[in-house]
Amino acid sequence: MFKKFVLASAVVAATGMAQAQEVKVGVVLPYTGIGAEFAQQIDRGMELYLKLNADKVKPYTMKLIKRDAKNPGGADAKVAVQELLTQDKVDVLAGWVYSPNAIASAPIVAAGNKLSVLMNAGTAHITNMAPQYVRTAFSMWHSGYAMGEAAARQLKAKTAVVGYTDFPPGKDSLAAFKKGFEASGGKVIDEIPMGGAGAVPDMTPFFQRAKDKKPDVFYVFVPAGDHAAAAVKTYGALGMKAAGIKLIGPGDITQDTKLQAMGPAAVGLITMHHYNADLQNAENKRFVAAWKKEYGAESTPDFMAVGGYDGMAAIVHAAQATKGKMDTAAALASLKGWKFASPRGPIMIDPQTRDIVMNEYLSEVVMKDGKLAQKVIGKIDAVKDECKAQKIGPCAPK
Amino acid sequence: MTTLGSAPTAAPAAHGTPAVDHPAAHALARRHRLRWWEPLPWILALAFYFTFPNYLGFGTELLITILFALSLDLALGYAGIITLGHAAFFGVGAYTVGLLAFHGLWNEPISSLMLAAIVAGIVGVVSGLVLLRTQGLTLLMLTLCTMALLEEGANMAHDLTGGFDGLPSLPIPPLFGFFEFNPLFANTQYLYALAVLLVCFVYVRTLVYSPFGQSLTGIRENILRMHAVGSPVRARLVTCYTISAAIAGVAGGLWAQTNAYVNLGSLGLDRAATILIVLILGGHGRLYGAFVGAVAYAVLSHFLARIYPTAWQLGLGLALVIIALFARNGILGVAAALGRRLGIGRATP
Amino acid sequence: MIFGIDFASILLGGIAAGMVLFIVSVGLSVTMGLMGFVNLAHGGFAMFGGYVIVLAMNHWGMGFLPALAFGFVVTAIVSAAFERLLYARLYNAAELDQVLFTIGLVFIMIAAVTLLVGPENQPLTLPPALRGQIDLGFTSYRTYSIFLIVVGVVIVLGLWLAFERTHIGAQIRAAVDNRRMAESLGINVNLLFTITFAFGSGMAALGGGLGAEFIGLDPQYALKYLVYFLIVVAVGGPGRVGGVFYAAIIIGVLDFVLKLYLPKGGTIFIYGLTILLLLWRPHGLFGRKET
Repeated sequence: MFKKFVLASAVVAATGMAQAQEVKVGVVLPYTGIGAEFAQQIDRGMELYLKLNADKVKPYTMKLIKRDAKNPGGADAKVAVQELLTQDKVDVLAGWVYSPNAIASAPIVAAGNKLSVLMNAGTAHITNMAPQYVRTAFSMWHSGYAMGEAAARQLKAKTAVVGYTDFPPGKDSLAAFKKGFEASGGKVIDEIPMGGAGAVPDMTPFFQRAKDKKPDVFYVFVPAGDHAAAAVKTYGALGMKAAGIKLIGPGDITQDTKLQAMGPAAVGLITMHHYNADLQNAENKRFVAAWKKEYGAESTPDFMAVGGYDGMAAIVHAAQATKGKMDTAAALASLKGWKFASPRGPIMIDPQTRDIVMNEYLSEVVMKDGKLAQKVIGKIDAVKDECKAQKIGPCAPK
Repeated sequence: MTTLGSAPTAAPAAHGTPAVDHPAAHALARRHRLRWWEPLPWILALAFYFTFPNYLGFGTELLITILFALSLDLALGYAGIITLGHAAFFGVGAYTVGLLAFHGLWNEPISSLMLAAIVAGIVGVVSGLVLLRTQGLTLLMLTLCTMALLEEGANMAHDLTGGFDGLPSLPIPPLFGFFEFNPLFANTQYLYALAVLLVCFVYVRTLVYSPFGQSLTGIRENILRMHAVGSPVRARLVTCYTISAAIAGVAGGLWAQTNAYVNLGSLGLDRAATILIVLILGGHGRLYGAFVGAVAYAVLSHFLARIYPTAWQLGLGLALVIIALFARNGILGVAAALGRRLGIGRATP
Repeated sequence: MIFGIDFASILLGGIAAGMVLFIVSVGLSVTMGLMGFVNLAHGGFAMFGGYVIVLAMNHWGMGFLPALAFGFVVTAIVSAAFERLLYARLYNAAELDQVLFTIGLVFIMIAAVTLLVGPENQPLTLPPALRGQIDLGFTSYRTYSIFLIVVGVVIVLGLWLAFERTHIGAQIRAAVDNRRMAESLGINVNLLFTITFAFGSGMAALGGGLGAEFIGLDPQYALKYLVYFLIVVAVGGPGRVGGVFYAAIIIGVLDFVLKLYLPKGGTIFIYGLTILLLLWRPHGLFGRKET
C-alpha cells in the first residue's frame, strides 16, 4: 500500500511537472482508526475511476493529496482541510467519511470557497451547512424513508420495531423510516437504541427485546462494518425468523464487503439501498470486474466505493466544464443538475440541494452458487433526500 | 529572601556549614529564578507565527495541547495524581463555552474562558473530594469512568449538546471587538491561544515554586512523611486537582472558541490518553515537559501522517516504546541526564 | 416466564457475555496483581490471538476448536518473547513509563495488523453445530451462548484447580499476596511472571477468538474494549481469579438486563455503578487491601 502510494504520487508529481493542467484534489479520509476500512473503499473507488476513465480525464491530471482525518472527533479533519486549502492550495476537496468531520469542516469549506465533494458523510442536513458541499454519497433519508414506504406497502407490515445505533445517522434513519412507514399506515411500536458507534455491543439483549414485542418487521440501522455482521448473526441465532419477524433495514446492514461473513442467517434479509455489488447494469458489471482485477477476486466494492467513484466522476466533470481552472462558482454550476451513469444506475445532483438523486433498490439476500447475493425485488426511481424535500428539522434551509 | 540569605553570611556560625549556606539550600533558593533559556519557547512561538503563516491552525492546536498538558502536569507531575480522565475537564470547559455561545447566552471570548475555568473547577473540586481518597488502578478507573459518564451524558442530552454531531458554527465575536477569528487563517486564534498559555504558564510556574507547590512534590515523593509532618494532604491534593481542572477547562474553552465547534471528541478517552502520552513523552513534573511533549507528539503524528497516511501509528508506537525503554522521564529527562553527563547545568535536586 | 419476564434467557445471555469478559480479563488481572504492571497492551494480545484464530480457520481451513488451541499457543509464545525481551526491562520503572510503553505497543500492534492483514473486520464462521438455537428443555437459546458458558465454566474450574491444587498455583498466590516474602523464600517471581504472562495472553487470545462472533474483530479491537477489561479487573480486585470471574458475570448480566429494559440509558449505568462500587470498595469486590 505504501509503495503503491509513493509510486502513484511520484508518477503524478512527474506528470504534473510536465503538464500545467493539473487539478489538485485534497482528500480527507480516516486512513487510520475505526474508519480505515471505509477510507480504503473510497480511496480505491476514486483511484479506479481515474484508471478506468483515463480518456475522460484528459487533458487534465488529477493530483490526489491525501490527508488522514484520523477520528470522528472533527478537529483533525478540520486542520487537515485547513492545511489543504492554505498550504497545498487545492482546487477541490473530497472525502469525509464521518458526518461530524463534515460538520466541523463546514465553516472552513465555506471560508475556503472550493468545491467540496462529500463521498460518504450521510447526515441529511450537512449539504445545507456550506454552499460548496456537493454530495455523491447518500443521505440516511434516501433509504430510510423509502424502506418505510416499502415495508408498509410491499411487505404489508402493520407494526415495526426499530433498533438503531445511537448516533446521528442512526437517529436520522429511525426518523426517516418512521416517517415513511407511518405515512403509509404502519405503526412503530418500539424504538431501541443499541449502543454507540465506537464499539460493537453484544446485540443479544436488544434483539431479545425486539423479539418480545412481536412486530411484523424489525428495522435495524447499524453502521456498516462489524456492527452489521453482529446484528445479522444475532438475528439468526435468536430464532427471530422462525418467530415470523422479518429483519429489514437500509443497505448498510448488507454491505457487500460483510455479506459473506454473515452466513446463512442473512438469507431472506430485505434491505433498501442505492447500491449493491450484484446490481445488473452494464456500468456496474464493468466496475466490479475492474475492481476484482485490481484488488483481488476476493475483494468487492461496496456503496462507499461507489460514493468515491461517482465523486471522482463529478470532480472530473467539473474540471472539464471549467477547462481545468476549477473556478468554484463555475464548478458548482456545472454540477447542479449533472447527470451520470453510475454503477448504481442513473444519478443526478439536485440543483436546489446539491444532494444526490438516485434509484433505491429493494433487495433480498439469496443463496446463489453457495454464496450470498442480493436480488433486486423492487426499485424506486429518482429518489430525493426526503428530509430536505419535506424540510424536516435541521434540513429546512436557514 | 535577601535579608534571610544575607544574615548568616554576615555572622558565620562557628561550627559546620550553616543550613542556608549548604549547596542544596542555594539550589532550592535558585530554583524559581528565571533561567536564561526560559524566554526561548515564547520567542520560538512568535517566530513560528511569522515564519509559518500557513501552519497557524496546526500551531493553535499545538498551543492548546501544551496548555492542556500543563494542566495535567500540575496534577500528575507535581501532585502524583494518576488520572486517565483529564479530558473530562477539557470537555466541561469546551461545552461551557460551546453551550453558552450556541444558545445565544454569552460569547465574549475572555469572560467565556473564565466561566469555563470556574465550571471545570467546580467539577474538579467535587470529583476531587470524592475520588482522591483512592489511588493507583482504582483512581485510574474512577477518573476514567467519571469521564465516560460525562461523555455519555453529553451524548444523551442530544437536544442541548447536539450529541455526537456536536454544536457546529459557534458564533464567537471578534476579540476585543476587533480581531476576528478567521476560520481559514488562524492568526488571531494563534496569538490569542499564545497569550492565554503565557498567562496560565506564569501562574502555574509561580504556583509550583511556592510553598504550596513544594508540599505537593512532598506528597508525591512520600505521602506518609507529609502526613507525619502535619501537612493537610487531602486538602492540598484537592486544591491542586481543582486548579488543574480549571486550567484544563480553559484549554477546552479555548479549543471550542478557536474551532468554533464542540463535540464529544473533546471529552473522550482518545483525548485523555493522548494528553497523557504527550506529557509522559515530554517528561512530567518539569513544567516544560508539556511543551516538549506536545511539540514532539504533534510533529510525529502530524508529519508522519502526511508521509504515511495509512500507518502513522506504527511510527508513533515505536517512538513511544523506545522512549519508555531507553529514555525514562521523557525527552526532558534524557536531556537533563545528558546535560549532567556533559557537565552543563546543575544537578536537579 | 415469571411476570412476563424470561429469566432464563436473561441469565444465559448475560452469563455468556460475562464469560467472554472473564476469559479475556483474567490474564490482565493476574499479571496486574503479581507485578503491579499496568499492561494496556493486553487487549492487543487478545486482538492478535483472535487474528491468528480467524486466519487459521479461513486460510488453512483449520477447525474452530483446533484453531482456538493454535491461537492460544502462538499468542502465549509470542507474548512470552515480548515479556522476556521488553516487559522485563520495565518492572522497576514508574507506572507511567509502563503505561507509555504498553500504549506504544498497542499502536504498533494495530498498525502492523492493519498493514499486514488490512483494516477490515475479520469474519469468523462458526461450525454448523454451534449456530442457531439449542433446546435446553426449559427454554431454547442461542447455541453459541451455551457453548461459551460451558467453555467458561471449564476454564474457571481448570484455573481454580491450577491455582489451588498445584505447586505453581500456590507460588503465584503467594507472590500476589506478598511478593517480597515469596522472593525471600526462594520463589522465582520473574519466572512465575513469564509463565502467567504467557498464559494470560493465551487466554486473552481465546477470548478474542471466542468473542468475535458477538463483537467482531478488527485492528481497533485492541483499544475498543480495553475499558471493559479494565473495569472487570478493577471491580474484581487485581490478582483475584475468583474476583475476576464474579465481576465478569455480574457485569455481563447487569449490562444485559439494563440494555434489555432500559436501552435508552446507554452505558451510563455500567460506568455509574463501577464508580459507586469502587468508592465503596476501592480494592474491588474481592481484592485485599494490600495488593
